[in-house]
Amino acid sequence: MKWSFLAKPEGVARYLVCNADESEPGTFKDRYLMTHIPHALIEGMIVSSFALGANTSYIYVRGEMMPQIRILEKAIAEAKHAGFLGKNILGTGYDLELYVQPGGGAYICGEETALLESLEGKRGNPRIKPPFPAIAGLYGCPTVVNNVESIAATVPIINDGGDEYAKIGIGRSTGTKLISASGNLVRPGVYEIDLGLPVEEFIYSDEYCGGIANGKRLKATVAGGSSVPILPANLTLKLANGEPRLMSYESLSEGGFATGSMMGSGGFIAFDEDQCIVRNTWNFARFYHHESCGQCSPCREGTGWMEKVLHRIEYGHGKMSDIDLLVDVSKKIEGNTICPLGDAAAWPVASAIRHFRDEFEWHVKEPIKCLDTNYGLANYAEPIAKAEVTTGN
Amino acid sequence: MLKVEQQQPVEFSSALKEKFDEIISRYPKGKHKSALLPMLHEVQAELGWLSPDAMDKVAAYLDIQNIEVYEVASFYSMYFLKPQGKYVLEVCRTGPCCLVGAEKLMNHIEQNLGVKEGEVTSDGLFSWRGVECLAACGYGPVLQIGPEYTFYENLNEQKVDELIQDLRKK
Repeated sequence: MKWSFLAKPEGVARYLVCNADESEPGTFKDRYLMTHIPHALIEGMIVSSFALGANTSYIYVRGEMMPQIRILEKAIAEAKHAGFLGKNILGTGYDLELYVQPGGGAYICGEETALLESLEGKRGNPRIKPPFPAIAGLYGCPTVVNNVESIAATVPIINDGGDEYAKIGIGRSTGTKLISASGNLVRPGVYEIDLGLPVEEFIYSDEYCGGIANGKRLKATVAGGSSVPILPANLTLKLANGEPRLMSYESLSEGGFATGSMMGSGGFIAFDEDQCIVRNTWNFARFYHHESCGQCSPCREGTGWMEKVLHRIEYGHGKMSDIDLLVDVSKKIEGNTICPLGDAAAWPVASAIRHFRDEFEWHVKEPIKCLDTNYGLANYAEPIAKAEVTTGN
Repeated sequence: MLKVEQQQPVEFSSALKEKFDEIISRYPKGKHKSALLPMLHEVQAELGWLSPDAMDKVAAYLDIQNIEVYEVASFYSMYFLKPQGKYVLEVCRTGPCCLVGAEKLMNHIEQNLGVKEGEVTSDGLFSWRGVECLAACGYGPVLQIGPEYTFYENLNEQKVDELIQDLRKK
């Protein structure tokens, strides 16, 4: 647990900061939590601040979520009115002030040190670690940064006991997890699952996503937010050895980057047979180029190059050598930047080429046809038709 | 890149200054620069965009250099450095929303309003732009309209036409 690293020098303020700068494409569970159960987050902030000895805590919410900011501010006012916040809470002698801080619209501020820079009123440029925020964070003071889901989970863990909470799930993946499901699904939305649920059941069961929308077949998935490797349908549903893949940290990453992916932020994006992998990869590359803070050259320049090269392949101006060029650029970004945004930008491109190389090559060979025709399922996907699924969302 | 648009002197209302002081009180003494992002949101909500003069006055209020405000205002995507329409339709254009038709929807908005991305309609009422992921992927296509950032989900062409019509009548 991150908390155990917190430095506790005498006479220096400590801070708890909640990271609610949710912006990983495919992820929207924090928006759901803050909209529907804001008090769970407020209560989590209060008990966590008490445990860490923080007297001022901030919830950094991405600026676009103004409606959620208003909801949280109302919930804080209610908690204050009930005596759960402010001076001498419930006669314990403990004081806590809780504030909501709006961001300005920058994906990079989801990185904890960029978030702290932003909270100090600066550009969201990630800091070099160490020192870690637990030693020198907000205003140079020891700081813990946790995300919304973790902080909201502290209360049930304390109430039920950690052992009870850990009984849910499988292996090292204990507890429940919020999955944001989006894309071409019959019922996209936020689902709380017990870790260990088979991926196939999650996609096709009526209890969860209800299958692929409009009676189409599954082509690919991105299992944990836009930055994790994309997988074709066959590798989504089954491991390389043919066993069913499960929704758990271990099972989703089984096979490494060769045949696996990652749980990431729990943003589960499903692509139907009509989607173009090249176009989607270009879209994500544009996103990372737009969101790169510009501090490290490999990321600032590399994301721009990847976007440009992918754009020309998608629009029928690509060369065969462009495909290897993309792999080369992605490798030169990966691991060479201060923060993980570089890796996040590199992985989707590298994995799309790894699994869907024939689709990229087809775009180069058929520069006219690719403008208005889709490559389709081809032979890499294992289509599972679900006859009774006919409705869209 | 920060480009200087027409200079118009700005006067902050006393209500706005009261709000500034409340925001500044959220931070420890000497750390008032933390108030910059929320203050810029307040200014933009009142004026519609951040003019150079407005940014200079924010700098003066916080007793920081002008450049410290410019570098923040130009870094974050929510701040407008050019005048906008009264209603700015911001459509999510990132992956998951595109899987369910965001690109088609943006083309439709362009046709309906008759202006390109980033331009303002001649009546000054509307402008539109594509923005990156709004973290509402399961409800796409989505768009938001400031300064309240009201959210519109599961959109299609008909719903957007109705929305634009309603805003025109307001």
